[in-house]
Amino acid sequence: METTHTPVMEALGITKLYPGTVALKDVDFSVYPGKVNVLIGENGAGKSTLMKILAGIEKPTEGKVLLDGREVHFANTREASGHGVGIIHQELNLFPEMRVADNMFAGKEVNNYGVIDRKTQAKLAVKVLDKLQPGINPSEMMRNLRVGQQQIVEIAKTMLEENLKVLIMDEPTSSLSNAEVEVLFKLIEDLKAQGIAIIYISHRLEEIIRIGDFVTILRDGHRVADAEVKDISINWIIEHMVGHSNLTIEKIPYEGEHEPVMTITDYTLPRLGGGYTVDHASFTLHKGEVLGIYGLMGAGRTELVECLMGLHPESTGTMVLAGETIARPTITGQIARGMVLVPEDRQRDGLVQTMSIANNLLLTSIPQFTKNGVIRKDQCKKAVDCTVHDMQIKVADVKHQITSLSGGNQQKVVIGKCVMANARVFMMDEPSRGIDVGAKTDIFILMRRFAAQGNGVIFVGSELKEIITVCDRVLVMSNGKLTADLSGTEITEAALVAASAANLFTGKAATIEGSVVQ
Amino acid sequence: MSTAKQAKPQTQVSLGMLLLKGRTFIALAILLIFFSFRAPNFTEWGSVVLMVKHASIYGLLALGMTMVIITGGIDLSVGSIVGLTGMMAGGMLIEGIHLPWIAGTIYPNVPLILLIVFALAVFVGFCSGQLIARLKVPAFIATLGAMYICRGAAMLRSGGATFPNLFGDAAKGNLGFDLIGAGSIPGVDVPYSIIIFIVMALIAAFIMKKTPLGNQIYAVGGNERAAQLSGIKINKVKVFVYIFSALLAAMSGIIMTSQLRAAHPANGESWEMNAIASVVLGGTSMSGGVGTIGGTIIGVAVITVLNDGMIMMGVSSFWQMVIKGVVIIVAVVIDLVQKDLQKKAALVARLK
Repeated sequence: METTHTPVMEALGITKLYPGTVALKDVDFSVYPGKVNVLIGENGAGKSTLMKILAGIEKPTEGKVLLDGREVHFANTREASGHGVGIIHQELNLFPEMRVADNMFAGKEVNNYGVIDRKTQAKLAVKVLDKLQPGINPSEMMRNLRVGQQQIVEIAKTMLEENLKVLIMDEPTSSLSNAEVEVLFKLIEDLKAQGIAIIYISHRLEEIIRIGDFVTILRDGHRVADAEVKDISINWIIEHMVGHSNLTIEKIPYEGEHEPVMTITDYTLPRLGGGYTVDHASFTLHKGEVLGIYGLMGAGRTELVECLMGLHPESTGTMVLAGETIARPTITGQIARGMVLVPEDRQRDGLVQTMSIANNLLLTSIPQFTKNGVIRKDQCKKAVDCTVHDMQIKVADVKHQITSLSGGNQQKVVIGKCVMANARVFMMDEPSRGIDVGAKTDIFILMRRFAAQGNGVIFVGSELKEIITVCDRVLVMSNGKLTADLSGTEITEAALVAASAANLFTGKAATIEGSVVQ
Repeated sequence: MSTAKQAKPQTQVSLGMLLLKGRTFIALAILLIFFSFRAPNFTEWGSVVLMVKHASIYGLLALGMTMVIITGGIDLSVGSIVGLTGMMAGGMLIEGIHLPWIAGTIYPNVPLILLIVFALAVFVGFCSGQLIARLKVPAFIATLGAMYICRGAAMLRSGGATFPNLFGDAAKGNLGFDLIGAGSIPGVDVPYSIIIFIVMALIAAFIMKKTPLGNQIYAVGGNERAAQLSGIKINKVKVFVYIFSALLAAMSGIIMTSQLRAAHPANGESWEMNAIASVVLGGTSMSGGVGTIGGTIIGVAVITVLNDGMIMMGVSSFWQMVIKGVVIIVAVVIDLVQKDLQKKAALVARLK
């Protein structure tokens, strides 16, 4: 990128490994003073990890961080803030039962020989708070403040440091009302005017266009693009976020009848505080079909498949699965009927990290391999070896811990577990997230194979190319609603992007991240 | 990152790691050698049998506790279940069961007493399990409550008094209670209590290793959400481990009462702590998912040898407590260090 500015902070060649995943691979990132430096990417792209490294929460496995041209190694956030690098987390780190001023000085209390000097604290707090938004009383209890005000206190906390240079904001608008967002944006303008560099992380593309100056896009732990915001559009961002991998997967046709395996009508999941996370969704899945569900973060895709699996008892709608009408799905019931879910977050929901590869594969199906209630070791071994071979899981020994595998192979284990449970309907939520290209291709070939064997496959994805390459039919979801049902040649990037943005600006819902599973 | 290299850290087992892994066993060996030289009578057959008898009573609790802790829970109620079941058995033996509607009292025979007591324990375990699994009460709180309730119930049964002389009465047809704890297989001098422990340990190990239930116990403790999404009925698994734990506590209570030939409501006080200590010494992780019955048995042996050895050496009971505390903390610290080293080794190996 051509620019005349000198960065205040730079990350050079950052690599970060976690057990099972490469979170960042050789990433460079420059932060310019007096500008909003946007960091964007889908979940798992590595934004949070990069942010944590800059703020001193995590240490990079390789690479270095420069501040004002000098290399720095922050041991913790305290040290980082001492150097003028502050961070505001998405989850506010505040103590609701403490006063505003005590919150601001928590951990760095002004004291006289160990006795807190509340007067001076209050004075300092007012000085900073008034600069941001007058009217917050420093002796008010934190819990009495509105979320927007609480966020201002968080910002004020970082501004107590005299020499604040870089302020990292992780999804600062995710819990704010529209009016509060306006206040925040005004505040950001003020901070810019003071020459402070803002690192801004958000999923809300319209916000980025509005307040961003520079944008850096991460995908799968790699930096894929950066640009000045004035030169780009939302579509440009989406294209780069979701990728241009050159995938070719042979769509092996299914020879049998394309009869329906599952029909759902009016599936609805109400959201706390009004509206719907899943808004009256209806569709049919056929035998031998890979059905894509495309949409941006928070469009309700994950929640939709979770409802079908029985994870949200408060959802309503009717489901006919293999000819049987199911009023109230339960996880065990759905698995018994042959429906499986490969969850979005394989570390949290897919794997038991303390168990071996073999035992993870056997999690669901182990009761099949028993005689009079006793596990038949030989049968288990045969079945596991067969699955490992069939799915080309690269293992040295199936008795090793699951965490010894790479992300792609871990994902294959999660899918293998479903295969061993004799699944007929595969619902795969972002199965290609955070794994290398080779493993991705393997997993797409597997999906086509499941379909060719006469199963129904649902592929929830956010990478356009992947969806287009793998699916026979694509449903597009936006703000909880299904906005398009495309098949064959109708499935184009333009059509998908248009449909996924169809509801984007009308509601806030489409950008609230994450899902809550009871 | 190449997949071929990932397995390497596990195939190269260093001597240091081996020593770390077998540390409880090594500690046991050192203790045995130490006390053989320093404690009089330590190696006599009588003392050995006595120690094994002690180990059996504590060990029963530790077996159940192992399963509970592997699911990620804790069971603080087992000590008071020991007291309660002893009191119930003693009461039925001495006073019988009063039936108001026939205005009379029946005296159940010993097998029936055992059945009733075990049923009571199952009920207690079932209640704790339901609270923890369905109402999501933290295990610590649910079993703490159960602990107080059972201890209080044990006191209420006799108004705090002891039921002495539990030999039974030929006229009442309830002879033989004292044989459970005192009796032994004729000829070989192995007490029934030891046999019961061995049988229960085998059953517990069998469940953990050979049945789907055992696998599911590990899975629930390792990652409850993943277990649930894999179709494991996590509530049933949890309720089972608390029932099993309470049942083993009842067995322990019966054996102890039978050996003493008297039931006292304060019996078994703070035994849950002994059980937890043994389980942790045996390498079971308090955060769940990791642990073995075999490890727990070694843990029980360490605690018992330490206890009885110090008594035989004449160490004051106050010092005994201090030393036990130090041993437990050191064991857990070593455990954490080992895990940390393993994790680092695995990451470093992947970077290459």
